[in-house]
Amino acid sequence: MTYLAKPKFHHPNLPKNALGYTHRDYEGTVSTLCAGCGHDSITAAIIQACFELSIEPHRVAKISGIGCSSKTPTYFLGNSHGFNSVHGRMPSVLTGANLANRDLIYLGVSGDGDSASIGLGQFAHCLRRGVNMVYIVENNGVYGLTKGQFSATADRGSKSKRGMMNTDNSIDLVAMALQLGASFVARSFSGDKQQLVPIIKAAIAHKGAAFIDVISPCVAFNNHAGSTKSFDFVREHNEAVNRLDFMASRMPIEVQYEPGSVEIVEQHDGSRLALRKLAADYELHDRGAALGFLQHHAAKGQIVTGLLYVEKDPEDLHAHLRTVDVPLNTLNAPELCPGQSALDRINASLR
Amino acid sequence: MPPANSSATPISRVNDFVVRFANVNGSGSASANEMFARAVMRMGVPVSPRNIFPSNIQGLPTWYEVRVSEAGYLGARGGTDLMVAMNPQTFDKDIAGIEPGGYLFYDSTKPYPASKFRDDITVIGMPLTAICNREYSDPRQRQLFKNIMYIGALTALIDMDVAVVEKLIGEQYKGKDKLIAPNIKALHIGRDYAILNLQCPIGLKLRQADKVGDRIFVDGNSASALGAVYGGASVCAWYPITPSSSLADAFTRHCARLRVDAETGKARYAIIQAEDELASIGMVIGAGWNGARSFTATSGPGISLMQEFIGLAYFAEIPAVLFDVQRAGPSTGMPTRTQQCDIISCAYASHGDTKHVLLFPEDPTECFEFGALAFDLADRLQTPIFVLLDLDIGMNTHLSRPFAWDDAKVYDRGKVMTAEELEAGRDFGRYLDVDGDGIPYRTYPGTHPTKGSYFTRGTSRDRYARYTEEGAPYVDNMQRLVRKFDTAKDLVPRPLIANADKPTKYGVIYYGSTAPAMDEAIGMIEAKGHALDRMRIRAFPFHSSVASFVADHDFVFVVEQNRDAQLRSLIVNECGIDPVRLVPVLHYDGTPITARFIAKAIGEHLDQLTVKPVKVTS
Repeated sequence: MTYLAKPKFHHPNLPKNALGYTHRDYEGTVSTLCAGCGHDSITAAIIQACFELSIEPHRVAKISGIGCSSKTPTYFLGNSHGFNSVHGRMPSVLTGANLANRDLIYLGVSGDGDSASIGLGQFAHCLRRGVNMVYIVENNGVYGLTKGQFSATADRGSKSKRGMMNTDNSIDLVAMALQLGASFVARSFSGDKQQLVPIIKAAIAHKGAAFIDVISPCVAFNNHAGSTKSFDFVREHNEAVNRLDFMASRMPIEVQYEPGSVEIVEQHDGSRLALRKLAADYELHDRGAALGFLQHHAAKGQIVTGLLYVEKDPEDLHAHLRTVDVPLNTLNAPELCPGQSALDRINASLR
Repeated sequence: MPPANSSATPISRVNDFVVRFANVNGSGSASANEMFARAVMRMGVPVSPRNIFPSNIQGLPTWYEVRVSEAGYLGARGGTDLMVAMNPQTFDKDIAGIEPGGYLFYDSTKPYPASKFRDDITVIGMPLTAICNREYSDPRQRQLFKNIMYIGALTALIDMDVAVVEKLIGEQYKGKDKLIAPNIKALHIGRDYAILNLQCPIGLKLRQADKVGDRIFVDGNSASALGAVYGGASVCAWYPITPSSSLADAFTRHCARLRVDAETGKARYAIIQAEDELASIGMVIGAGWNGARSFTATSGPGISLMQEFIGLAYFAEIPAVLFDVQRAGPSTGMPTRTQQCDIISCAYASHGDTKHVLLFPEDPTECFEFGALAFDLADRLQTPIFVLLDLDIGMNTHLSRPFAWDDAKVYDRGKVMTAEELEAGRDFGRYLDVDGDGIPYRTYPGTHPTKGSYFTRGTSRDRYARYTEEGAPYVDNMQRLVRKFDTAKDLVPRPLIANADKPTKYGVIYYGSTAPAMDEAIGMIEAKGHALDRMRIRAFPFHSSVASFVADHDFVFVVEQNRDAQLRSLIVNECGIDPVRLVPVLHYDGTPITARFIAKAIGEHLDQLTVKPVKVTS
């Protein structure tokens, strides 16, 4: 049996969100990944974020490519439509789906093999188009399903489980996302739920291309000494620039912050992000500075995490294309077909 | 001017000839040549132009062939009656291609030795370059007006109504009015020179007729794009590739005119020029999965790149429409030359066991009709639908029946379960064959809070879309897909049969752009005393009448524009027919198939068969 349904029963006093759903309503089937996999923590963070945001599960479309990470959409939001597509091609499928119905929330789940190797082109182009989506890369630096080959995000000089040294330069997807024009860029760590959940919530509320690189150690093939994507290494080298609290629309700010220590970022939908600065000089709305900061710390072997860049007034692909406000998939012959009278004019012009 | 010799009688014909223009690519000749073709149509004479051009922007040879046929033959005939030789690079070859008794019109500014010419054609020289150099000082004007000038000379040589051309110039430069007078002046410089200095008219003459009727003059790519508009496509994702780019361009143009909300100025469509063909088909599939009608336009190399995704759409059962404007392959092949060479690669596209629905329009009107129909079929069958044009249909202007649309028509959105049906407790299994036709129900993402969601994947699953690697559900699903393909046989356009006037044991099968040449070839074959029943196949999977047509004849010719007899292979494979009974007739040099080629190939074969066996007695 390759499909494991999760039992439906649950504790009667589970907390409910504004829609009356419990946490369980946002779960999927039982994970078939290795016990302790970082990806399962990301799955849990997605479930938590959607529960806390009181999203109607069926209003999310979850789309992935191929690989361990791309299997995870089965493990969350069981009442959402999911699409496990082709290796490296999640971005194009998601772009098309988004064009068809602008009213859903699009959650693209990918991995480092899926996005940084076979799918690097699609990764780049969907970000530069500004597709309104949350693009999560579950980044473990290794090919898990095919048993431990290096991926393109593996750092130069890091060691594989079999003791091989990676001699290729690594691709930093966060740096690329910044350069390509993603309007929301973050990096987090699967082992840091406190940081990850609010970032996912903020990304969902963001109206534009939101990219989150989540370092997610592979317990089977990339959690050994010499790896730069192991739990120990990431914990030791994590350089968080900020911590954020996410506040949904119209919610009063209740927490008292020390003046000067917090930046409030208002998003398009009215939600607000309260960012507690950890790096005093970090400027959230400056791509160039973010890139510089990232590269400066990478050179020192540090992994910069947190919300790294937000565009103040992002525009998405639908705005660029000036599409109608209603989803294109709701249009029918009366709106789409110009009829015989227009054809008569066209015929006349062709004689 | 070299003397016109006449070892062959000069051809003398009215409204039935082939004019071929030989030009240099990028010299601005195409619009002048097209104006000539259009003028023939305006005179009520059926005409079919074909642009034979190189994969290059400037400098290589290009030809524009205009078939004039009051009888209404719109295919390429073969041979040239009047050669307008404006390209010194190809001069010798162009002269060699003229029919005995034909005519050569050339630029005589630079004298050629008499040995350059043939003595069985009429040679007409006009010092076009010298005249242009005298009249104009700007080099670009000298080039552009030279084109109009030879059209002017032609009006005198073949006795054409010059007012028709004048009117066309007025229409072409509408809005740029200051260009009208100089063009008309150039036209008359050419015409006047011919009247004064050349023997006008020659044996080929154009007379006003009334054989065009209400037909329209349009290319297949524009027509397909209009079909997509009428078929309700709202998402188009594409990547530029010759010869299909003008299809996406036309869709953009049509949509800007027909699909913008008058009040808000907002678009009821989305067009993405993708980063490659993989992304374009990915977007099409994403949109189709989410309930929008979507398509891509591409050519053979694009189909190769899309293979993996096409398999996904087949197996996961997602509607998609692909317009493949075929060009000569394999590899980059001859990108600006025509072929019907993607039949197999589309029919069985992708790894594993797959079969796809193909439509074969014969001309722009069918491009429009099949283009619109493809979206209904894609939704109904939940699978990719290929509309197979070729460069000849797609990029050349054809005289076709006017476009027509039934305003009462409702789109067939296929089996989509609604929130109300789910709420009422209707059982939903994404891959459940409820009606026995192999077509399951689907739901659009976002339909219902707790019912009807499912996981779409390229991996195997059971009837309720649950992942499984067990053999039985896999086989069950693959068998259902075959059932669905069988259902398609009765939904796609049926083959058209035209029987010979007398009973015959022989038949011919053809499709797509071969059709107009076949119309004329049949006449040539019949003139030799043979009879052939005809079947024009318009879609794959094949309707049952294909197998019976073959069964009803001793053997059947299959005429195609590829090397490997690809449609014949499909018929053999899918209908279980003995290959010996299907005789391939193949034309694949990249030029459109001609009536003469077909008539010769089939005629010679039939000639051999009708030779009476000699009775040997000792």
